[in-house]
Amino acid sequence: MATLEVKNLHVSVDVEDGKKEILRGVDLTVKSGETHAIMGPNGSGKSTLAYSIAGHPKYTVTDGTVLLDGVDVLGMTVDERARAGLFLAMQYPVEVPGVSVSNFLRTAKTALDGEAPKLRTWIRDVNDAMDKVAMDRDFATRNVNEGFSGGEKKRHEIVQLELLNPKFAILDETDSGLDIDALRVVSEGVNRFRSQGDRAVLLITHYTRILRYIQPDYVHVFVGGRIAEEGGSELAERLEAEGYDKYVRVDA
Amino acid sequence: MSSTNVGGAVESSGKVASHLHPVGSFDVGDHPVPTGREEIWRFTPLKRLRQLHGDAAFEPSKTECSWTAPAGVTIEAVNGEQARALRGISGFVPNDRTSARVIAEVPSTLLVDVPAGIELSEPIVVTLNGTDSGITEAAHIALRFGAHSRAMVILVHEGASSMAQVVEVSVGDGANTSVLSIQDWAREAVHLSYQEALVGRDARYRHVAVSFGGDVVRMNANVRYAGPGGEAELLGLYFVDAGQHIEHRLFIDHNAPHTKSNAIYKGGLQGQGAHSVWVGDVLIRKVAEGIETFETNRNLVLTDGCRADSVPNLEIETGEIVGAGHASATGRFDDEQLFYLQSRGVTSDEARRLVVHGFFADIIKKIKVPDIEARLLAAVESELAQTVGSNPSSGVLT
Repeated sequence: MATLEVKNLHVSVDVEDGKKEILRGVDLTVKSGETHAIMGPNGSGKSTLAYSIAGHPKYTVTDGTVLLDGVDVLGMTVDERARAGLFLAMQYPVEVPGVSVSNFLRTAKTALDGEAPKLRTWIRDVNDAMDKVAMDRDFATRNVNEGFSGGEKKRHEIVQLELLNPKFAILDETDSGLDIDALRVVSEGVNRFRSQGDRAVLLITHYTRILRYIQPDYVHVFVGGRIAEEGGSELAERLEAEGYDKYVRVDA
Repeated sequence: MSSTNVGGAVESSGKVASHLHPVGSFDVGDHPVPTGREEIWRFTPLKRLRQLHGDAAFEPSKTECSWTAPAGVTIEAVNGEQARALRGISGFVPNDRTSARVIAEVPSTLLVDVPAGIELSEPIVVTLNGTDSGITEAAHIALRFGAHSRAMVILVHEGASSMAQVVEVSVGDGANTSVLSIQDWAREAVHLSYQEALVGRDARYRHVAVSFGGDVVRMNANVRYAGPGGEAELLGLYFVDAGQHIEHRLFIDHNAPHTKSNAIYKGGLQGQGAHSVWVGDVLIRKVAEGIETFETNRNLVLTDGCRADSVPNLEIETGEIVGAGHASATGRFDDEQLFYLQSRGVTSDEARRLVVHGFFADIIKKIKVPDIEARLLAAVESELAQTVGSNPSSGVLT
């Protein structure tokens, strides 16, 4: 049983004329076995929350804590957070020229496990993971995300989720830009990950569409850099019907 | 990143002074000692050249020369008339004092003679091992590739020397030729090299410059065509450390129709005062209809205190071509790439190593000689060890 606790998190970014506060006191607790959806309008700070937990250098935490099983995450480097069990599936996965997918996956797996995976089972595992998201095996020899379509990049993120199998997965708008087939494939991948029973998912999305495939246990509405309302999956249904207008007006 | 295609290039009017139309001469007296203000010398630290750009004596060589030659290939040092007959086999006409002096004063020539029609599976390796950087010396090397031959020459420079050098390459019609020049000098070496190729009709010429060592390395890699249909690929890989000056200057003279050229140079820089210069001159003459050319230079700056000069020049005298363009970019480590790798558990050092390997990977793959690939990867690795620490898991990188 593991717990990720976000308490009173305040985060700023550098802008031209000083600092701009994006997160204004976020409180959130996610336990293993749970799936939390974070929904909200554009610019509400959802992605900032994801990147702040993962440790992106662009974001400065000005107040609050993030604890993983009681251990301070904010004091860790980005790679230490990953090795502690955090994973971020990115909205815009980054191209790494000259580094093959296969080399990248093996390097990551080796870094996380502290030893290189057994070659024979590893190749089979990689092939299986790619087959499951209907990704051609040839992608293993291509450079990381280079020339991938939007959907291929997202499938590649799910391949990593499958192979690296973290304790906590943060999925940052993994559904955006996907057609319905890709959305189904990606959702199935997330559900396979969840079905292990002791994994936690923080699903960040603008749309309710993906929640038809991935049933959240909790829904948090994110507005103006903090959580404005919380509830169960019924909240997502209400948002689908009513949109974010109510919150945006309240916030303004 | 800046990128220009033919639409944005200036058609020369003939009135603008251009250094792409130099008037060469074999007469040393026609070439004054450069002052450093000349366009072609303005990036070079003349003070560190030990007067090789001026009138330093060419002393008896203290560079040991050895080679391995596959059967059928002749390699020999020739003198006198024989040596003189090899001056200019690439169409080389000196454009500066140093190269004019090499042609005029060096008594011998190292000739690598690859007969017509021969196809070699093993490279010819010529190693120049300098034993004394305190003396100034000069060398003339002629690489002659017969028609329809297929061969590769690897020219390895190591040890220390202060050397002016002219390498003339004659690529016969229909030949497929590769010349790799590896500058793996000791730190104190000074090397001025002029590597000129004349590419025969329908021939393929590949030139690879790999520069790691030395105090100052200044390499000219030039190409002209002896007839239509020739193709040239110029590749370069360099790694510049603190205080080093590594300069590559390309001149591709599209003087024949339906010729092609493609240049890709990539460099890494690290440490205070590391200075790289890349100048890519491409001239498309009026006769050169139907040609295609592209040149790229990319620099990856790993630390503060480095300087990368990158100057592509494209001069076009005919619009009747397939394509012409250039791209040049100098950047630091991409924070997003590093973040992405680190977010997968990879340490900061290893992420940097991956990115640098990735940066050079396409060039290294294009070289297509397994021994050289391994040597280059090892060289990149040892350069990287200076900034990102030793590599505990190099076995992971392939």
